[in-house]
Amino acid sequence: MSAVLENLDLETKVELATHHAERDPIYLDYSATTPVDPRVAAKMIPFITEYFGNPASRSHPYGWTAEKAVENAREEVAKLVGADPREIVWTSGATESNNLAIKGAANFYSAKGKHIITVATEHKAVIDAVRELERLGFAATYLEPEPDGLLDIEKFKAAIRPDTVLASVMLVNNEIGVIQDITAIGNICRENKIIFHVDAAQATGKVDIDLDNLPVDLMSFCAHKTYGPKGIGALYVRRKPRIRIEAQMHGGGHERGMRSGTLATHQIVGMGEAFKIAREEMAVENVKIRKLRDKLLHGLQEIEETYVNGDLEHRVPHNLNISFNYVEGESLIMAIKDIAVSSGSACTSASLEPSYVLRALGRSDELAHSSIRFSIGRFTTEADVDYTIQLLKSKVDKLRELSPLWDMFKDGIDISKVQWAAH
Amino acid sequence: MAYSDKVLDHYENPRNVGSLDKNDPQVGTGMVGAPACGDVMKLMIKVNDDGIIEDAKFKTYGCGSAIASSSLVTEWLKGKTVDEAYAIKNSAIAEELALPPVKIHCSVLAEDAIKAAVADIKAKQLAAAQAA
Repeated sequence: MSAVLENLDLETKVELATHHAERDPIYLDYSATTPVDPRVAAKMIPFITEYFGNPASRSHPYGWTAEKAVENAREEVAKLVGADPREIVWTSGATESNNLAIKGAANFYSAKGKHIITVATEHKAVIDAVRELERLGFAATYLEPEPDGLLDIEKFKAAIRPDTVLASVMLVNNEIGVIQDITAIGNICRENKIIFHVDAAQATGKVDIDLDNLPVDLMSFCAHKTYGPKGIGALYVRRKPRIRIEAQMHGGGHERGMRSGTLATHQIVGMGEAFKIAREEMAVENVKIRKLRDKLLHGLQEIEETYVNGDLEHRVPHNLNISFNYVEGESLIMAIKDIAVSSGSACTSASLEPSYVLRALGRSDELAHSSIRFSIGRFTTEADVDYTIQLLKSKVDKLRELSPLWDMFKDGIDISKVQWAAH
Repeated sequence: MAYSDKVLDHYENPRNVGSLDKNDPQVGTGMVGAPACGDVMKLMIKVNDDGIIEDAKFKTYGCGSAIASSSLVTEWLKGKTVDEAYAIKNSAIAEELALPPVKIHCSVLAEDAIKAAVADIKAKQLAAAQAA
């Protein structure tokens, strides 16, 4: 930044940057989805137009070409996570993979027991699949994580019952980015003959995954959080020792009978290419992303009364989830509309429900409401981060000028001890 | 959330933000809402000897429509008598700002804030009269 610009006051800087950014907000929501990498898109397109064959067609070259592309992609997905290509089953995405793994394994092994252990901060695709099994007669334990978002291994051990058949714990949390110790949890599952499923939708390309050495039986993936297309995912199903699942989608017997349905060749090619790029580039990319995240973190921590949600050490570098105290969530989102981020507050609903993940961490409603998830990715620049820091500093300041709670805090009043009139 | 231009205008350029001296015998204060519910409004009015509201200031912790509702009422209050202020209905606020149904409670809160501020100034006046 030039010396002239540096001498401007904060408000003017933000005004200038806002004007500059008028076209599109800066994208800092990579944990919601990522853009498809142009290299991935280029690989996909011929499989929509030119090589359109059905990979299940065995009698002509159209089918053979498509099948070869699918198997090539299967190999790339397997390579990124240290699996055998025969352990990869294509699905429509992580939600389907989670459903197939949880319902498929629980139903197949239900004669062994009908108790499932999972965590309160799992993605809804896991929580709701387990709830559905509860409706069908299974029992479930939803473990509360520690205030840092991590699971206490001793609490996991204590939750095991003689009839526990399945456990499901995510590798990387979607809201707060914390990394669970799935090696330790998996080892306990092995000792107790419990099938272990891991939702890794947010993990690929961010943390090393080596299923060859991990005590994990089932693992869910999707393409669109790793610069691949939406609508495609995969489920890892261990072969040694062999894990069996009941199909949830019945039909032509595709994917060894575990998931019927004509394969979406172009999507699969996209996922393969995206995972190949992730394998080749993640080490370098993560260094760059960590630098940007740390810059963002330090910049935002200059604002008073901010709280980072989730452990900072056991965490992917891509995620920063932070609460701005004494500022209401929806008005904050309105104020920072020049950046695209996620809020811990579901303010569009009449009930004003704060994030269930932050609640499970023991955050107050107020802090959960005022949380923002910044997620950084491949195309984030330092200028994006600088702009974001200035924007937040200026807007949080403005909203606090408006906030009676901020006045009270500054006057030394403990807001939690004030008697508020119910309304 | 599809907000009207009026809500956005009040949110972007809130009128009469601030505080008055709460110890001034001519100032009434109303604080309503609760942080856990997502909105707290503080409204202060200064009433002259003729019973006319000379000045009104607010501070609000809340969503865009809560900020807009309180900003709007400070405009409406100035020049009104205390009794006229007391008669302001939430439906008028909601209508003026074209609030979506899920945000009607913001206008209710603004009406409550007026009533609380008026009750406070009347209590002060009564106490002063009794002391005299």
